[in-house]
Amino acid sequence: MYGKGMRPLAIGTFFVLTGAFALVFFWVPADADQGFIQKIFYLHVPMAIVALGGFIAGGVMAICHLRTGNSKWDLRSYVSIHMALVLAVGALITGSIWARAAWGHWWVWDEPTLVSFLIVFLLYATYQPLRFAIEDPEKQARYASVFAITAGAFVPLNFLAVRMAESLAHPRVLGATGGAMPSEMRITFYVSLIGMALLFITLWKYEMASKHTTAQLRILRRRLLGDDGVAPTGRSAAPSTVLPARPKP
Amino acid sequence: MNAVRALLRKDLLLELRAKESVPAMALFSLTTFVIFHFALDRNTVAGSLASGVLWVTLLFAAILGINRLFVAEREQGGFDAFMLAPVDRTAMLIAKACALFIFLTIVELIAVPAFAFLLLEGSILPALPGLIAVLVLANIGIAVIGTLSSAIAVQTRARDLIAPLVALPLLVPLLIASARATQPLLLSEGALSVPTKWIAVLGLYDLVFALLSYAVFDFLLEE
Repeated sequence: MYGKGMRPLAIGTFFVLTGAFALVFFWVPADADQGFIQKIFYLHVPMAIVALGGFIAGGVMAICHLRTGNSKWDLRSYVSIHMALVLAVGALITGSIWARAAWGHWWVWDEPTLVSFLIVFLLYATYQPLRFAIEDPEKQARYASVFAITAGAFVPLNFLAVRMAESLAHPRVLGATGGAMPSEMRITFYVSLIGMALLFITLWKYEMASKHTTAQLRILRRRLLGDDGVAPTGRSAAPSTVLPARPKP
Repeated sequence: MNAVRALLRKDLLLELRAKESVPAMALFSLTTFVIFHFALDRNTVAGSLASGVLWVTLLFAAILGINRLFVAEREQGGFDAFMLAPVDRTAMLIAKACALFIFLTIVELIAVPAFAFLLLEGSILPALPGLIAVLVLANIGIAVIGTLSSAIAVQTRARDLIAPLVALPLLVPLLIASARATQPLLLSEGALSVPTKWIAVLGLYDLVFALLSYAVFDFLLEE
């Protein structure tokens, strides 16, 4: 069900991402101030944007879950936040490397975007422990959705507050849509951003397909071997993909 | 509204008789001031340091109250009884947030004078009107966010761990605004006026989270 269209999507992602990196390394001019290291921008910023988008998408899917009560939406929200967390770790690491190279410090507190990103990351890092600590699957899904909605609304608010707190004395080296960017840089940036978004969608679909298949397999096994033939699932932070029992043909 | 009043009355009565949260929170604040004195190796603090010490202490004291907020409901079956009653679920949110607000206010009535007495350089009196405004706005925010995160955490097996982990990041913007608003009030050379920008941020943050909690709280009580 989720495997449909996986192959073209994966191939497309591969080509766009490879193309983006080819542009980054061979085409786009190096930054006049920072030289080669500035090219990490084409990895760091798309990762961060896609991660934030993933968090907010997780919140929207959680709204759908609470509105419809369909546990499918909970699974979607979970996978979205899961993937966004992975990208967020990547964004924090690349951001730190970039800060070290550009400003000489591994961590820069007066860079509001970096700081607010860390706060958002710390909040979402609680998502999985929270799920894991609730045993009843139905309750787990509901509480996780409430958390995802709250945290999703928190993301833009937090960015606003942290940005206001900084004096803005620190020059922004590159605005994401900076008007001062030469067109080569802008094109490369957009290609990287699209590539990263495609990667997110591919990984999302992949995990969805995997979770779905595992659940289907359990159902088939249970039908074939009876209830004793299937080991009970342990406690898990992931939603237990309970599929509606279909009548036997 | 009757339901809110009944629930609030029950919470206050419970606190009055069992004295579970407020004395612990107040004592914790005093101890934290002593710890700050030794950790910073300072006899007096002023300006941004004073504001930081005050807000870190109040925030962590609030966490103690947040942790305990729903424990009695869960352990003594208060949730079940409430679900049986034919009243709006939001009554619980409003009552609990009001209770937490009152607890925080009482704690601050003890902790802020103690802070002025023990650590603050200069007098707190000129700062008082501005400080009260910031404290009230911050208390509303802490009460709303605390109630929401406590309600999320109380059903988990590790609620004492989950509640602070959820509440603290959500409270960071509130801490930024409160600490920034308090800074100019506690300068050693006398209080300046409260920056209206931060008061506005606090008010807006309170409003957004109040609406958000109102929207999602129903789902935390379903059985």
